[in-house]
Amino acid sequence: MTAVSSTAPAPTSPPNLLEVDGLVVEYAAKGWRRPPFRALRGVSLDIRAGETVGLVGESGSGKTTLGRAVLGLAPVTEGEIRYAGRVISALGGRERRALSDEIQVVFQDPYTSLNPAMTVGDILSEPLLVSGTSRADADARVRSLLDDVRLPADAAHRLPREFSGGQRQRVAIARALCRDPRLIVCDEPVSALDLSTQSRVLDLFVEIQERTGVAYLFITHDLSVVRCVSHRVAVMYRGEIVESGGAATVTAQPQNPYTRRLMLAAPVPDPDRQRERREQRRSLATAQGG
Amino acid sequence: MTVPETNPGPAAPGGAAPLPRRSSLPRRLLRNPMAVVCLAVLALVVLASVCAPLLTSASPTRSSLNDAFAPMGGSHPLGADSVGRDILARLLYGGRVSLLGGAIAVAVALLIGVPSGLLAGYYRGRLDAVASWVASLVMAAPAIMVLLVAIAAIGPNTNAAMAVLGVILAPGVFRLVRASVTSVREELYVDAARVSGLGDARIVRRHILPVVQAPTIIQSAQMFGVAVVIQAGIEFLGLGSAGQATWGAMLNDAFANLYTAPGLLVAPGLAIVVSVAALGLLANALRDALLESGYAVPGARARREKAPKARKAARASTDPAADTGADDGDALLTVRNLKVTYPSPGGESTVVDGVSLSVRRGEVVGLVGESGSGKSQTAFSVLGLLPPEARCEADRISFDGRDLRRLDRRSLNSLRGRRIAYVPQEPMSNLDPSFRIGTQLADPVRLHLGISAKEARERALALLERVGIAEPERVHDSYPHQISGGMAQRVLIAGAVSCDPDLLIADEPTTALDVTVQAEVLDLLRELQQERQMGLVLVTHNFGVVADICDRVLVMQTGRVVESAPVRRLFTDPQHPYTRMLLASTLEDAPPRTPLPDIPPTAAPVQEKV
Repeated sequence: MTAVSSTAPAPTSPPNLLEVDGLVVEYAAKGWRRPPFRALRGVSLDIRAGETVGLVGESGSGKTTLGRAVLGLAPVTEGEIRYAGRVISALGGRERRALSDEIQVVFQDPYTSLNPAMTVGDILSEPLLVSGTSRADADARVRSLLDDVRLPADAAHRLPREFSGGQRQRVAIARALCRDPRLIVCDEPVSALDLSTQSRVLDLFVEIQERTGVAYLFITHDLSVVRCVSHRVAVMYRGEIVESGGAATVTAQPQNPYTRRLMLAAPVPDPDRQRERREQRRSLATAQGG
Repeated sequence: MTVPETNPGPAAPGGAAPLPRRSSLPRRLLRNPMAVVCLAVLALVVLASVCAPLLTSASPTRSSLNDAFAPMGGSHPLGADSVGRDILARLLYGGRVSLLGGAIAVAVALLIGVPSGLLAGYYRGRLDAVASWVASLVMAAPAIMVLLVAIAAIGPNTNAAMAVLGVILAPGVFRLVRASVTSVREELYVDAARVSGLGDARIVRRHILPVVQAPTIIQSAQMFGVAVVIQAGIEFLGLGSAGQATWGAMLNDAFANLYTAPGLLVAPGLAIVVSVAALGLLANALRDALLESGYAVPGARARREKAPKARKAARASTDPAADTGADDGDALLTVRNLKVTYPSPGGESTVVDGVSLSVRRGEVVGLVGESGSGKSQTAFSVLGLLPPEARCEADRISFDGRDLRRLDRRSLNSLRGRRIAYVPQEPMSNLDPSFRIGTQLADPVRLHLGISAKEARERALALLERVGIAEPERVHDSYPHQISGGMAQRVLIAGAVSCDPDLLIADEPTTALDVTVQAEVLDLLRELQQERQMGLVLVTHNFGVVADICDRVLVMQTGRVVESAPVRRLFTDPQHPYTRMLLASTLEDAPPRTPLPDIPPTAAPVQEKV
């Protein structure tokens, strides 16, 4: 795996792969002279090589915006994003494209994240061909990628719509892996999947990480998902990180009132424990005044 | 979180049989007889025009007064016009002018419209603003006037006039292309391509152009037809290039001699009508062929297919999963051996296969399963809401002792909404965006209960307050887009219970909501259900929701009920391997991942929100 660090200034302290520092993202609001909408209000986060950091929050919390900012798809108003010690939040087109070797993405919706008019083989080989790989090498790489994500080799000749949701998400994972990135931003990658498919795809994520040492920024709304894939968890609420820490701590003994509310709102598959949880949630709601 | 692979399901390699390959666009087009006829006609027109010198030896412009109004036959197969010019020759050579003119107009429109539409749609911002403004300006100008002014300035030159027409048509192309690009630009696969390091040029070529291509081709065919007609109009007015044989000029000549030789109108009239009609119909056929493939037409995204593949039915009738609920008189809803089938290319596909269930007053029954298990189809059958092509059979579907299958539409409508109510999955798409919420709540109540508008309003306000909406007055007067998804679901629940139904059917009522909102909506459903002693059928895929609210649960897999049990027993002692597999897939009790070895969890910073 070629690292950018050879050209970048040497990082001073032991390596955080990704550092987000005081990040503010604003979008222009519709309407004349309306103040811009602040999607992120000074978010800081770090991810180390080979680590999964779970980012959990409800809709509108800004978790997806943070992922898109890391990918260079959202405008950074203030603050910095550093990758391997180098600031990447203000890169030009060409430099940003060079980073595609290092940072990749798996999106939520396996139905719109794959171009319906391209075969799986074309989808997977396109990023390779762009980076100058020969056709033959790219084809060989596609075969091994399909094998990595447990798809049959003949999948390369088929169109995305011939696959189920879980299989499409495997294709999306293979696309993210094809240039051996060191960081993958996973934006709700299992939310659209069925229960049993979901746990198999999560197993695949963990297995790939153990084999390749890739780091994940794992964005989801589901505490139970984040808990079983993440080493560390950060909870977002209204554009800020309100709590972060080890997966077990944050998801089982949360300190922040919002995280507690989030945890108690998720129903557990056990009628008696769920009844208990419901009562806890109600007493918390009363304590918080609604 | 290891999962026993009892159900290899759709993810198993080789499990998915390859679907029939998508046939190419030309082939699909050729399967449409209309398209074949149009293509043949157009090919004939092109060929005849191109080969004009081979088809006739007569000159289209040489007049001979001896032959004026010559009848058909002899040296003039179609006769001659008022100054003795050969009509066939004029028709054939006129085709050349028409085709060339149309081609010029379309080419100019495409050359201006496509690149500007692509750039404006892809980069947006200021460029887009300026381009859209110019396009609107051109569109607002009266086309024929502009054309006439341009001709006055340039002089009578058909091709130049057609080029000007191309400029006038360009904004249409610009708008179409820009709209297609803007919609596809939002697709995640374009974002994915950018993250893959593809340059803008390549993204446009590989991912965006193919989407723009189809509508542009359709538009071009239509523009060609328009151009042919307008060109004929210009020539008819005598504003075309002088001394050229054209269809429009032929019409002009025919018009001047309308009373002496009306037959002169036939040849040019037919030529124009047939070519333009063929172009228009070809455009339609093209659009149909593209829609059929389900791609590359904006707005027609490939969606998950609802109906799963056909299965081997045949299962012993002594089903271990037979509904354990009451089969006696106090059942509110009883369904016996329900079967729902859809016609499919390979015969029939069965989506619900022998499902039986019963719901008592005040009981909450959960229908749980993965996508394609038939749980929603079961619920829709009870509501009588299956699409018309679905075939629904059952030994019995009865509600409160009445057989729902024997009811006509009217009696069924008087039950639905009044005594059987429904809460859908997507709150937003189930509210009509063009009506205020108050109206949408009051109308069904007025219909079913026959009360006055004022009473209905009061009732609606009371209901909104009951479902926990803080400012009922404001929400009552709001439009759906002005409220949040959670609030919209509360509104729909208010609507569902507005006529005091006995049975509520809720299809994934909380799936689209955030967990904190989900918890509140479940609380609300539970309270209403207990307060009004309603029967509740809850369709869900979430075992947490099942544990939270259900009394009894039916687990469905590929159209069949595989297990039915009281809620406690389902979780403590699941019988069917599929149920066990599903329960094992839930992550709530999975062990959390531990931090990477070299940092102790205490070192992780904890920031408190102030």
